[in-house]
Amino acid sequence: MTKRFDVIGKPRRRVDGRAKVTGLTRFADDVVLPRMLHCKLLRSPHPHATIESIDVSRAQARPGVHLVLTGKDFPVTFGILPVTQDEYPLAPERVRYVGDPVAAVVARDEQTAFEALGFIEVEYRPLKTISDPEEALATPEPRIHSYGEQGNIHRLQAFEFGDVNEALAKADHVFEDVFFYQGNTHLPIEQHASVAAVDGEGKLTLWSSTQVPHYIHRALANALQIPPAHVRVIACPNGGGFGGKCDLHNHEIVVSKAAILLGRPVKICLTREEVFYMHRGRHPVLMKMRTGVTKDGKITGMHTQTLLDGGAYGGYGAASTFYTGVLQTVAYHIPRYKFDACRIFTNKPPCGPKRGHGTPQPRFGQEVQLDKIAEKLEIDPAELRLSIVAKPDSLTANWLKIGTIGLAECIRKVVASSDWKNRFRKLPEGRGVGLACGAYLCGAGLPIYWNKMPQSGVQLLIDRSGQVTVFCGATEIGQGSDDVLAAIVAEVLGVDPYDVRCVTGDTGLTPVDLGSYSSRVTVMMGNAAIQAAELLRDLIARAAAEHMETVPENVGFALGRVFRADDPGKLMSFREAIVLAEEKFGTLGSVGSYSPPRSPGRYKGAGVGPSPAYSYTACVVEAEVDRKTGWITVPKVWIAHDIGRAVNPVSARGQVEGSVYMGLGEALMEEQVFRRLPPKLSNALVHKIPSLLEYKSLTSLDMPEVFTELVEDPDPNCPFGAKEVGQGPLLPVMPAVANAVYDAIGVRIDELPITPDKVLAALEKKAKGETPRVGPESFPDVPYPEPMLVPPPWEGGDGNSVNTPRRRPLKKEALA
Amino acid sequence: MMRLPWFEFHSPRSISEAAKILAAEGPQAMLIAGGTDLLPNMKRRHQTPATLVSLRQIEALKKAANGSGVTLGAAFTLNEIVANAAVREQYAGLWQAAAQVATVHLRNMGTLGGNLCLDTRCNYYNQNYEWRKAIDFCLKKDGEICWVATASKRCVAASSTDTAPALMSLGATARLVSTQGERDVALADLYKNDGIDYLTRRPDEILTEVKLPAPEGWRSSYWKLRRRGAFDFPVLGVAAAVRTASDGTVEDARIALGAVSSRPFLTKGGELLIGKKLSDDAIAEAGAKVASAAKPMDNTDLDLYWRKAVAAEFVGYALREIRGDDMSATRVRIARHAL
Ligand SMILES: Cc1cc2nc3c(=O)[nH]c(=O)nc-3n(C[C@H](O)[C@H](O)[C@H](O)COP(=O)(O)OP(=O)(O)OC[C@H]3O[C@@H](n4cnc5c(N)ncnc54)[C@H](O)[C@@H]3O)c2cc1C
Ligand code: SF4
Repeated sequence: MTKRFDVIGKPRRRVDGRAKVTGLTRFADDVVLPRMLHCKLLRSPHPHATIESIDVSRAQARPGVHLVLTGKDFPVTFGILPVTQDEYPLAPERVRYVGDPVAAVVARDEQTAFEALGFIEVEYRPLKTISDPEEALATPEPRIHSYGEQGNIHRLQAFEFGDVNEALAKADHVFEDVFFYQGNTHLPIEQHASVAAVDGEGKLTLWSSTQVPHYIHRALANALQIPPAHVRVIACPNGGGFGGKCDLHNHEIVVSKAAILLGRPVKICLTREEVFYMHRGRHPVLMKMRTGVTKDGKITGMHTQTLLDGGAYGGYGAASTFYTGVLQTVAYHIPRYKFDACRIFTNKPPCGPKRGHGTPQPRFGQEVQLDKIAEKLEIDPAELRLSIVAKPDSLTANWLKIGTIGLAECIRKVVASSDWKNRFRKLPEGRGVGLACGAYLCGAGLPIYWNKMPQSGVQLLIDRSGQVTVFCGATEIGQGSDDVLAAIVAEVLGVDPYDVRCVTGDTGLTPVDLGSYSSRVTVMMGNAAIQAAELLRDLIARAAAEHMETVPENVGFALGRVFRADDPGKLMSFREAIVLAEEKFGTLGSVGSYSPPRSPGRYKGAGVGPSPAYSYTACVVEAEVDRKTGWITVPKVWIAHDIGRAVNPVSARGQVEGSVYMGLGEALMEEQVFRRLPPKLSNALVHKIPSLLEYKSLTSLDMPEVFTELVEDPDPNCPFGAKEVGQGPLLPVMPAVANAVYDAIGVRIDELPITPDKVLAALEKKAKGETPRVGPESFPDVPYPEPMLVPPPWEGGDGNSVNTPRRRPLKKEALA
Repeated sequence: MMRLPWFEFHSPRSISEAAKILAAEGPQAMLIAGGTDLLPNMKRRHQTPATLVSLRQIEALKKAANGSGVTLGAAFTLNEIVANAAVREQYAGLWQAAAQVATVHLRNMGTLGGNLCLDTRCNYYNQNYEWRKAIDFCLKKDGEICWVATASKRCVAASSTDTAPALMSLGATARLVSTQGERDVALADLYKNDGIDYLTRRPDEILTEVKLPAPEGWRSSYWKLRRRGAFDFPVLGVAAAVRTASDGTVEDARIALGAVSSRPFLTKGGELLIGKKLSDDAIAEAGAKVASAAKPMDNTDLDLYWRKAVAAEFVGYALREIRGDDMSATRVRIARHAL
């Protein structure tokens, strides 16, 4: 692109902004259809039990009740990943957490459905409650699922890229730390809602708050055993997703089934408490990191071990498990890397992808550990990081291909804007600054089910009216994907983005796009949109060139005009040009598609981690800590994000600020925690605080000033060079808070959230002369298997593994 | 959405009419003022009154009188209390307490009377019916065991009203009216240390007004501990009121605590200050005394040992503010905004 941009990079109101602020956006709960019925789910009050019997007759007989469904109505299991088909829409014989759905009532209104739930009689036989990974490791029986590695271990993974023990032995210092990152949930403002309806021909339509209509389409057809061609999924604009609307959910299948059986539309809206039960949020992760460094701060090798509390089902957990290790290598040069991961089943709502999917936890550990390394080596932590930033156009030890990398520039920017050099270790006691970085995917390289088809498709319709309509399966979840789509098409065709109509997220109308997850939309949909728009632009240019007596290459498009580039006075309106093109070529339309480049890793497991590009972020947080109470205040945050290019800087900054908001919540207060009642008296294991009041996240009053900078180093794999901004900027916030607290008062809180009681406890230890640290003391004996050995690129590897590890873990006796 | 159970609704126009309905309906009737506490509780089936008697149409409950001291009608919303010039100028502790209740939206609906009669709170109890069923309920409602203190015969849910400790420290009284007559009780006597039966108010009585004694010579302050700058109930409330002679010697002092027991209560910390000046040492001594009376339980937000550990510091904030120290920076840090 040599030409200047008219739309890209200009701060603008987003194309769906007015509808959102005036309340006209139609969310799933706003869908109201004639003859619509309402559904409510009965959920298990037991964390782990078998269902002995269910009697629905009294509920069925209630006035206004149309249908009662139970597990026997759903013989087929489902799960979002092909490898984990372990869920039932309604549990037939086993419940695995408090909140697991067991029956559904469909009635004339929500109240009637709700009241009828009380008339369903379920007899349970409680099983042993398994509440956390350590208990699960010690309790192989009863198994929560009959599949998995063994006992209650769901997944084990182990990879070694070069001999890490040797690398650590050669290091001047080896740092070993154990960190804990508590689980937390997405907290979208919109609670999940779905409406299902069948048309006169028996075809099903589902309107839903989902981030992934294509995956839902596939999985729903399978769960109901009906042809996918008879299913249409419409993703309504989501009131926030953050990963919590990426699974096929029980209620989506239930209302679809009910609509088919009754021939009437059926709606369900979850309560906030039910959303806490749906969860699929951040895994609690215990991690151990061993890192070897030379005395000037170069990393010689790193060994990361993680233990994930997965909750009751698989979901995306297999992918999450990979993500607790694979992206540790893309920020800094790590010549040798080893990574062991383990995911456990427990009797709690299942965990899954939340903004940053699996990577914020190890990023927290790595960035806090780097702060410790810098202090020990007496190197400024910003300088230390600058000296080890990964190289552009390079491969990592685990065979990920890095393209552009703006991390050094991000670090320099926050160092300058925060006046780091004059503040780090120089502020008065009780005040401090901390720095940390992050790196993230711009789209997962592979889809969740194996196929070689495009990952994003875009279709364009243009006609003599001058209208431009763009169709894409991408889903607007609040992140601004419609705006990106309109902007890119508008830029290529030289029209006003507000004149472009976006039809998105509808599997019956739009070409397949895999959905809004893994920060893939701008890059994948954007590239497909450029391709589609350029095809049409070329047709229009040919028709207009003829008319203007020039060659197509000399036709320019800008501001709704088509003109001769060498003589801009010769011009016509875009609409006139379309008429010419329609005369010449007939009905106009085009499609574009995108598939990411193939990644160089060839070993089994190399599919998780590759991405067309990586985004980078650096962040400085200032903290004030009261020594008498441990009370923490964050007055200001400086953050710089390598976005490649900002399509719309207003929304890009919004994403960065939203990430800071979420990051501070995770750093300081958010926790998805559970209450185990005294086992002698009760089996109960309940979500401690399933409410917006008691699950604490920041209010606007708690939000500090944020100084945001965007670093623009366009990446050739990305549309107009634009990388992602939806998730990456979250990553550095949490460790930067931890590092700032250390700078302020000299205590290490090696676990999240960092709460005042932990700070005070660490200060008390400090006063007694003990190690001023609060965090996990040890890492349990996890039976990780023998690692797959893959030599890194610089040790003569070709991307393949050089061994075939035994599937069985090494230390079986640990589970005996 | 969680739905309300069915109920009868009355909206009388006078106190006597309301009292008559209450007397006739018996304990299955409940008063509703702003409904900001009662309606969420009804959705969770904590209370399922057959009849609600609304106080919103009763003009007599929205009267303020200035004489020797100030009288405030129970149906004033908290934002009306916050906007009341006499309260702001003369009863800083009450003003600071009211200004920190919940959020601005809830203060538009929530009333002074409702705040004083607020149900006690516990995170085993403030859950919906299905959640409570999953723990087989608890002593306070539908169950047998107190999960916070399994050996306890008594519910230890936390009193969570912000204005009660402030009013207590200011020496306020409340008027209770029923068809049987009316009585004034010192605020301290309105409460019982029982998470279930937490008020001495009879079910047929209406709290009609609160009377504050003359403010001459008194200065007061309220400090609230909660996680965030809005929404959250207190997990510690410290209310202090001090009367000093012209040379700064303390003549009288009251320090009340909220949210660390099933009732708000006056501590012995105030008495320690009498005859002394508000020196750092005297403040620290009073702080320690007050903190020793705090009995937080593991049933609210934030770690209970920590909540107890910081109580003395919060007493210090209040007394230093009364002494005239500039506490604005600390206030912004704790309240997350300038009040
Ligand atoms: C999200 C949220 C946050 C909150 N945070 C706080 C907080 O920080 N601090 C705090 O103190 N409160 C808080 N509250 C509780 C509540 O909003 C306030 O206490 C409010 O003042 C209650 O007043 P109301 O008029 O709405 O009471 P209602 O809900 O109408 O009544 C509450 C109780 O008092 C009884 N009652 C009401 N008026 C009278 C009367 N005149 N005589 C006798 N009995 C009466 C009712 O029968 C009922 O039992 C919060 C509530 C919510 C939902
Ligand atoms: S303190 Fe005990 S009895 Fe009272 S509400 Fe809490 S758990 Fe129930």
